[in-house]
Amino acid sequence: MNLWGWRRWLLIGPPFLWLLVFFLLPLGVVAAISLSQSADTIPPYTPLLIHGPNGLESQASLDNYRLIAQGDLRAYANSLGFAALATVLCLLIGYPIAFAIARAPKAWRNPLLFLVILPFWTSLLIRVYAWIAILQPTGLLNRALAGLGLIDAPLLLIYNNFSVVLGLVYAYLPFMILPLYGSLSQLDESLVEAAADLGARPARVFRDVVLPLSLPGVAAGALLVFIPAIGEFVIPDLLGGPGTLMVGKVLWQEFFDNVDWPAAAAVAMMLVALLTAPLLLAQRLVERKA
Amino acid sequence: MPLLEISEISKNFGAVVAVDRVSLAVEHGELFALLGPSGCGKTTLLRLIAGFELPDHGHIAIDGVDMTEVPPYRRPVNMMFQSYALFPHLDVAGNIAFGLRQERMERRRRDARVADMLALVQMSDYARRRPHELSGGQKQRVALARALAKMPKLLLLDEPLAALDRKLREETRLELIGIQERIGTSFVFVTHDQEEALGMASRIAVMERGRVAQIGGVAEIYERPHSRFVAGFVGAVNLFDGVLVAGFNALALSVAGVEAPIPLAATVDLPEGTAVALAVRPEKLRLSPARPDGFAIAATVASINYQGGVSIVHLTITSGHALKAQVASAAAAAFDRGMSVWASWDPADAAVLTR
Repeated sequence: MNLWGWRRWLLIGPPFLWLLVFFLLPLGVVAAISLSQSADTIPPYTPLLIHGPNGLESQASLDNYRLIAQGDLRAYANSLGFAALATVLCLLIGYPIAFAIARAPKAWRNPLLFLVILPFWTSLLIRVYAWIAILQPTGLLNRALAGLGLIDAPLLLIYNNFSVVLGLVYAYLPFMILPLYGSLSQLDESLVEAAADLGARPARVFRDVVLPLSLPGVAAGALLVFIPAIGEFVIPDLLGGPGTLMVGKVLWQEFFDNVDWPAAAAVAMMLVALLTAPLLLAQRLVERKA
Repeated sequence: MPLLEISEISKNFGAVVAVDRVSLAVEHGELFALLGPSGCGKTTLLRLIAGFELPDHGHIAIDGVDMTEVPPYRRPVNMMFQSYALFPHLDVAGNIAFGLRQERMERRRRDARVADMLALVQMSDYARRRPHELSGGQKQRVALARALAKMPKLLLLDEPLAALDRKLREETRLELIGIQERIGTSFVFVTHDQEEALGMASRIAVMERGRVAQIGGVAEIYERPHSRFVAGFVGAVNLFDGVLVAGFNALALSVAGVEAPIPLAATVDLPEGTAVALAVRPEKLRLSPARPDGFAIAATVASINYQGGVSIVHLTITSGHALKAQVASAAAAAFDRGMSVWASWDPADAAVLTR
């Protein structure tokens, strides 16, 4: 493993370990439930193994997955699309912010980082409700725009795809900024000077030195945004319209409204399968560059 | 016209004056050293030449063109960093080609230049290695090759040997001189090590607290220092503080605790009563068990420090002063600790310092 691999693990290693213990184990349980059938029992699903006439018999089946595959896949496509869009927007907005903080005078850096994580001190739910107050037709933004005479009728800013992506970007931006700041602040200033000394204009210094050396941070940030965003429930539920169907919402409906644990588990497992692909892709990208 | 001309340049960092009205000129093909203790402003001066810092006052011209406000990427100088600053994401060839890519050199010429540079620093077998796979000495070579690849008019080197171990430092010093002679580019290097400056440079600027204390050829700096600071910083020295008095047929130096006034060279032309210091290098001191003709100071051998071919004999004189004499080890065998000896020197070998 090369030096950059080692540094990359320093960045994404701790969250990786966390996921292993608190995600992989429960995941096995969910996977098992997804192979059973819903039943009016406690817990509300059939056991995988039963004592039959021929000893232990397996009742596992892929019926839940078959139903999903034959049904409406729009929720998955939506989730992928929204999460990807939110990740790209977080990267575009977060990179300049992380760069500016990493380049700020030393005394400013910690206060600025503090401002980045300050929103976490308030519950996400409350912050999303605050967005409703801002975006709704009689909300702050529309009233302000109308007051300034810029609009005649309220803009449709909420309960649509726009507000969902806005909410996702708003909620997950710090997860992009922090790992980016981590890798940008490690960047040796003399490398930037060496590049300038060798004739690189500021834009080329960024393209040829800063950006390639910050790719581990980009990958870590992208994963930290993309993965939770794809399964996000609160934001599409509160800010989305009737048409914004996301996997998180489907899952919620199966689990709470239909009390169909196995179907919900199968949806969850499909989500995991969806996430594995971009994860491997990101890893491959960083490895090739590093 | 000098290659590099610095006139009255100053740089402050807040209340700290890093570089204070420095003027100097470097000629084509020179190996020029900026020598001084840490914090004397030598690195800041180098960074001003490279363009990483902008001066508060003064001008920098390279080849007659004013460079004072020109950004680093448009200056015809390149720098070898003390930390080498190799790009970790590029291999050796990629590092060397970096500057050539910036000027969009056509691929075939670029590859040829990279190969030339690799050959120059004897790293041709390492083109595909990453910096972290190289030893300190190898990194140093790559950094040198990268800085020379664009064929700059002037190469700046920040403590080029500081990160190497002693043995490698000797070798690399000779190699740097060899490369400089072969390609003819002017080198300006910063060092805190007087041995390195004396052993590598053709001329030296000794810096003290942001100012140039003295500029001159290596022999001149060593033999004819202008000040106590230069005499003490460049090489070991015995200093006598005293007052000028009339002597036998030239001026002499009256030193408290030394019986007879110390005779001075006839070339000293200062009014009587001037307070000056006399600097005598340890290797200029002659020791003899019997009193020689003419001026000599009675001394006692305090200790003898064997250093291979030469030994340093530490002496104390009646005034309580400590003196150092460097003698051939074979000759040092004649002395023993506690022995009374006479120390003398040729007045022409001693430098009179007014500052």
